Amino acid sequence: MANHAHEESLALREQFDTVEQQKDASTLGMWIFLVTEIMFFGGMFLAYTVYRSAFPDIFAVCSSSLNVYIGAANTVVLLCSSFTMVLAVRSAQLGRQRAIVFNLLLTLVLGFVFLGVKAYEWNEKFVEHHVPGPGFHFEGVAQQGPAQIFFSLYFAMTGLHALHMVIGAGILIWLIVMAKKGTFTAEYMTPVDIAGLYWHFVDIIWIFLFPLLYLIDRHLK
Amino acid sequence: MSEHIDSVKTYALVFLGLIVATVVTTAVAFVDLGPFSVVVALAIAVCKMLLVALFFMHVRHSTKLTRLVVLGGLMWLAILILVTLTDFATRGNLGVPGR
Repeated sequence: MANHAHEESLALREQFDTVEQQKDASTLGMWIFLVTEIMFFGGMFLAYTVYRSAFPDIFAVCSSSLNVYIGAANTVVLLCSSFTMVLAVRSAQLGRQRAIVFNLLLTLVLGFVFLGVKAYEWNEKFVEHHVPGPGFHFEGVAQQGPAQIFFSLYFAMTGLHALHMVIGAGILIWLIVMAKKGTFTAEYMTPVDIAGLYWHFVDIIWIFLFPLLYLIDRHLK
Repeated sequence: MSEHIDSVKTYALVFLGLIVATVVTTAVAFVDLGPFSVVVALAIAVCKMLLVALFFMHVRHSTKLTRLVVLGGLMWLAILILVTLTDFATRGNLGVPGR
């Protein structure tokens, strides 16, 4: 390589030959992390599949006790946040400083709205005694055990998803601070890009959680 | 690979598609499709996943290596689920105790 004496910058670290190579490496690295996340959530989706096929009727009854309209509305909120996130990434690609901050802020607010609605739903479960444990009681099913399994999976899956959202919100706050300082330019916007991948991934997990948890055999009710 | 910057219109259309799919999947859940309701729900979810991954996550502009890693991840997930189900789905067939 002829040009190894280049000046080191955020956009081009010493160990890379070109800006492009550095970007591709970051994207690849993030995707490898996301693959480990697919497997992480995959274990829960597998547990869900096994237990739902073992107790299809009880899962349907339990699923119908969740508020489908709140769930659908929250899905829309999350999709909106993905849209504003992709606009933030686009603004970064174009080097529009103020638009980056604005879109990241919108994404953060929508993320908090999602978490707020989730907290409301969880609170409802506590009030209704639908939280697995000694006080658990679900009316209308003969076996309480499988109903507890459904709600255990519900809390584990939505809880793990919410944890990812909280981490995502932390990342967004950090990005907003950095963006306000003018760190991100059209040449160097890798952190925004990578955080975008993470945010969209968390969105995809919810895209599967929503029909699997909320929409089992709704017509029976 | 040169950088591709999609237009706001493209993203807005994808976003609109995602919202429509959410409404459709919710509405279809109230229709009695028998065993196909799971199939329809998952098919819509996969379509939404593809929209998000290809457009919002820029997979359609990414390098072949990145695409390979994404496909590899889905392949491992398929192995996890399918191979485990060969056990759980066939346990009853032999009358093995414990099920």
